Amino acid sequence: MSDIRIQREDFDPGAEIAALNTMAGDVGAIASFIGLVRADGRMEAMTLDHYPGFAEREISAHVAEARSRWPLLGVRVVHRVGRLTPGERIVFVGVASSHRQAAFAAAEFLMDYLKTRAPFWKLEEREGGATWVEARESDDESVRRWR
Amino acid sequence: MKLLYFAWVRQKIGLSEEQVSVPSDVTTVATLMEFLSRRGPGYEAAFRNPALLRCAVNQEHAKFDARVRPDDEVAFFPPVTGG
Repeated sequence: MSDIRIQREDFDPGAEIAALNTMAGDVGAIASFIGLVRADGRMEAMTLDHYPGFAEREISAHVAEARSRWPLLGVRVVHRVGRLTPGERIVFVGVASSHRQAAFAAAEFLMDYLKTRAPFWKLEEREGGATWVEARESDDESVRRWR
Repeated sequence: MKLLYFAWVRQKIGLSEEQVSVPSDVTTVATLMEFLSRRGPGYEAAFRNPALLRCAVNQEHAKFDARVRPDDEVAFFPPVTGG
């Protein structure tokens, strides 16, 4: 089973992990990733913009691909949008499987694809004004290794 | 054609979406971009450097040589930065 949500409100990582545990099958491993807003360079806040509809489709497509590559028992993805301040949670990816290798690999695969393919954009607010975050070449390199 | 703009593309153009009747010689994303860049200074600024832009046709990532049709949904945006 997969659960994909895009929402403004915060999420409870404990509740997400607990839900993976009860999703289906003989779960032996759960790997999770939580992305947080960093304060680097005295950033005051960031606003996440997204393309509704396409964002859900793109995440669903990569969850389906992860499920075809590894024997997964459950996947949960939560991505927040709207204005977030340093320390706040942005994204959750959780994967349940029978064994840890599949869980670790699938969580990393999903994060690499989320960063480079899912239609979200970050606007950073600093003292001098607001600027759109530029994509990083290193993120493109991260995704290439899965091809 | 339904057009959507995100992030700084939306800011330069000043719209998040619009419905546009495109001429019949607009058959690809590239020719659509040329057509749109002539619609005003905001559009011209948004489409000045295509290397900075990405696009989606009917909610699928697409290249600039992809075909577009009058009832398509086409979106323009910078490279994504989520996660």
